[in-house]
Amino acid sequence: MAVCVAVIAKENYPLYIRSVPSQSELKFHYTVHTSLDVVEEKISTAGKAMAEQRELYLGLLYPTEDYKVYGYVTNSKVKFVIVVDSSNTSLRDNEIRSMFRKLHNSFTDVMCNPFYNPGDPIQSRAFDSMVSAMMVQSS
Amino acid sequence: MESLTLSDVEQKYYSDLFIYCDVDNTKKVASNGKVLDLFRAAQLSNDVVLQITELCGATRLGHFGRSQFYIALKLIAIAQSGLPLRVESLNSVKDLPLPRFVMGKNEQEARHAAMYPDTENQGPYSSVIPRPPGRVQPKKVSTHEVIQPCPDTTSPVVSPHQSPPTSPHTWRKHKRQASGGAVEQQPAVARAVWPPFREAQSGLQLGDGLWSAHSPPPVQESWVSFTDTPPSSTLPAMHPSSAQVQYTTVRTVASAATTNEIQRQASGYDDPWKITEEQRQYYINQFKTIQSDLTGFIPGSAAKEFFTKSKLPILELSHIWELSDFDKDGALTLDEFCAAFHLVVARKNGYDLPEKLPESLMPKLIDLDDSAGVPEPAPEVGFSGSPVEVTPNKSPSMPSLNQNWPELNQSNEQWETFSERSSSSQTLTQFDSNIAPADPDTAIVHPVPIRMTPSKIHMQEMELKRTGSDHAHPTSPLMPKPPELSEEKKLAATIKFPGTTVGRSAYFKIIILDWNPGSHSGTSPEGLKAVAPPPPPPRPHASHSRSSSLDMNRNFTTVPAAQQQAGVVAFPPAVPPRPLATQTSVPHGHRSVDGDGLPAHASTSPQQMPEQPNFADFSQFQAFAVEQPADDGEKQQESVQVEKCADATGTMRAVKSEAQPEERTTATVNSAKGSTPLAPPPKPVRRRLKSEDELRPDMEDHPQKSGVVASVLATQPSIPRSVGKDKKAIQASIRRNKETNTVLARLNSELQQQLKDLLEERISLEVQLEQLRPFSHL
Repeated sequence: MAVCVAVIAKENYPLYIRSVPSQSELKFHYTVHTSLDVVEEKISTAGKAMAEQRELYLGLLYPTEDYKVYGYVTNSKVKFVIVVDSSNTSLRDNEIRSMFRKLHNSFTDVMCNPFYNPGDPIQSRAFDSMVSAMMVQSS
Repeated sequence: MESLTLSDVEQKYYSDLFIYCDVDNTKKVASNGKVLDLFRAAQLSNDVVLQITELCGATRLGHFGRSQFYIALKLIAIAQSGLPLRVESLNSVKDLPLPRFVMGKNEQEARHAAMYPDTENQGPYSSVIPRPPGRVQPKKVSTHEVIQPCPDTTSPVVSPHQSPPTSPHTWRKHKRQASGGAVEQQPAVARAVWPPFREAQSGLQLGDGLWSAHSPPPVQESWVSFTDTPPSSTLPAMHPSSAQVQYTTVRTVASAATTNEIQRQASGYDDPWKITEEQRQYYINQFKTIQSDLTGFIPGSAAKEFFTKSKLPILELSHIWELSDFDKDGALTLDEFCAAFHLVVARKNGYDLPEKLPESLMPKLIDLDDSAGVPEPAPEVGFSGSPVEVTPNKSPSMPSLNQNWPELNQSNEQWETFSERSSSSQTLTQFDSNIAPADPDTAIVHPVPIRMTPSKIHMQEMELKRTGSDHAHPTSPLMPKPPELSEEKKLAATIKFPGTTVGRSAYFKIIILDWNPGSHSGTSPEGLKAVAPPPPPPRPHASHSRSSSLDMNRNFTTVPAAQQQAGVVAFPPAVPPRPLATQTSVPHGHRSVDGDGLPAHASTSPQQMPEQPNFADFSQFQAFAVEQPADDGEKQQESVQVEKCADATGTMRAVKSEAQPEERTTATVNSAKGSTPLAPPPKPVRRRLKSEDELRPDMEDHPQKSGVVASVLATQPSIPRSVGKDKKAIQASIRRNKETNTVLARLNSELQQQLKDLLEERISLEVQLEQLRPFSHL
């Protein structure tokens, strides 16, 4: 149900970003960019003890009138951001969690590929298809 | 698209025709124009031609790939034979004449015919021989490769077919002509068509015995680039001088060899992605160079280096990795490695990478040394994404692999597929009869539905359900119980019984029945409760097949309703024996008294009496109470003892005044008892309190009271404490204690009074003494 999915590297540059309505891509890119601040804030407050206590799923980062932004951070500080449309019947929290779980799994698979250089944009077809599946659901 | 089996002759003919149509020299796609011309030359109606093009899948693909072309040719042959055009007929029709084309094919055929004798005459390497010298040097491979194909294309029609035991479909798989496979297989590899690879052959002959390389010409450019790279150290065992070449050649060989492989393996099995034995052997050897242990893994980095040598773009390599790393562990097993290698070879040869891993490449535990290790020949080709053939029937072929899956660490979707398959009828039936499914996967899908614990709710259903073993053990503990019930009459038995509320209630009802056929006083529940806690009666054997137990079960369940069945006496006996003696004759009121803390039970009072003499005493005590007035005289002897508790006992006696005749008999017993004067009071007091509600207090026979009290107290300890657990019993005992308390308090006050009197007397006496004494002092 996502309208935009983004994977941001540890250094806060995007590894993968994709939006469904391609015309308003710029808007989503901007949204994701601003959401990074919220993510940073959440992980800085939450994790004094690294990782063990910090939960990967960050939850709703912030809502706007049109959509909601959810965040998820991996243990290696790779961030996933999902933007969902508010008009959609509000998704349950565990649905969002499952989306992030799938993202994480696919991302792990990409990482495991020896031909993938960490830091490169993600061009894996499997990853693309997984994200498409996630985004197509809504529309 | 159905797989296509071509005979050797057909194979040759078709490839020849393909090349004829392959004006673009792509070696992969026959130009549509030429193809259509050819088809029209077949002297078939346009409709038929259209139908054929549809059937072969060309319309779907938009172009004539080699497989489509071959299928089309076959269909033409079929059509020309007058048979209906159907996909199934592709393989089923045997001995089909070659399709005939009227125009322009003659020279092709002529050439073809001419070729045959030539090629046949030539020795295996004859056609090769001229070539190899040209390309011995590895470095020149590229150039040679580039050059050779062109001139060779003319002649070549021959070569491919030559050696071939070839299975027709090798090219199918990789567009590699059946050039005849490994050197080991067929030295007679006269493949003029792919001369460049001859050297590969020669190189290969050196030792790894791999097939002669024949990849379709189009691949050559890629081979070129591939070979240019200086050999890496990992390219090992191959002929050192032609290491790079070998790599390329090997690859081509690998691809080419598939034809032989296929042919050898199964007939009529067309799977472009299938790995031939030669190829597999080659892959295995390559695997060994990286990782000597065939059952081990190749780490991702090593694999990356290895495959990078193939000069494929990283993106494609990445995709190949994604496809082939089945378990996503970042390492390649032998199967995964073979699949990856195969994909690389395919890609090198111009095949597009599939979106999903073809089934034939799925890792499975097959015997590496066995060429037939290729999975059970699928009736039809079911692989997805093959660029060559459409694979509409991927799913049907999936199950064919299921047998292998359990052995592997599969991805989630495969598990799901597997389990789906497992949900076939046979596994379901297995389930019914066997709780533990043989297939663990089915367990996931079909959790054991059989109910194990017979809840009271389902008791009766379970009776009806007669299943086999599986019901046995959960209910087995129950099964012995009912018989036990009928047999055991000891208190202990009750403790052993597991209980269900139903059973318990039945038990209770039975108690009521037997204990007090006529009484329904408020104490009966009390008595019931007293019974409850001790092991409730055995739960009615859920699935008891024995009629007796069934009956008992029914009895239990119906008892609450009926409360009539004395036959169930079995239960009550287990109850701690209660003053049965009182049951028969003791009136309600006293029964209630008796009932305090005493579970009522079976009507077999006569039996119980001897067991519990105390109870008998008790009942007699009650009777005694009734006879109080008559027993005064007898109690006189106890008056001394009773003096102090006269008041208390008096009230007791009043209580007992209503006692039944039985109580009179207790008087004698009481006299014998009279042990603890103080002990009695509580009991009598209890009686008093109890019956006070019902009867008017009557303070009369103190001695009797004391005796009564004594007897009561004496009997009290004998009362099985087991019933004390019951709440009612506790309450009763609390009440008793309170009564005892009050009695003692009163007694105390009386004694205090007497003490005061005595002290006064003493003082007066002392005074008198003093008065008398002064005279003594003097």
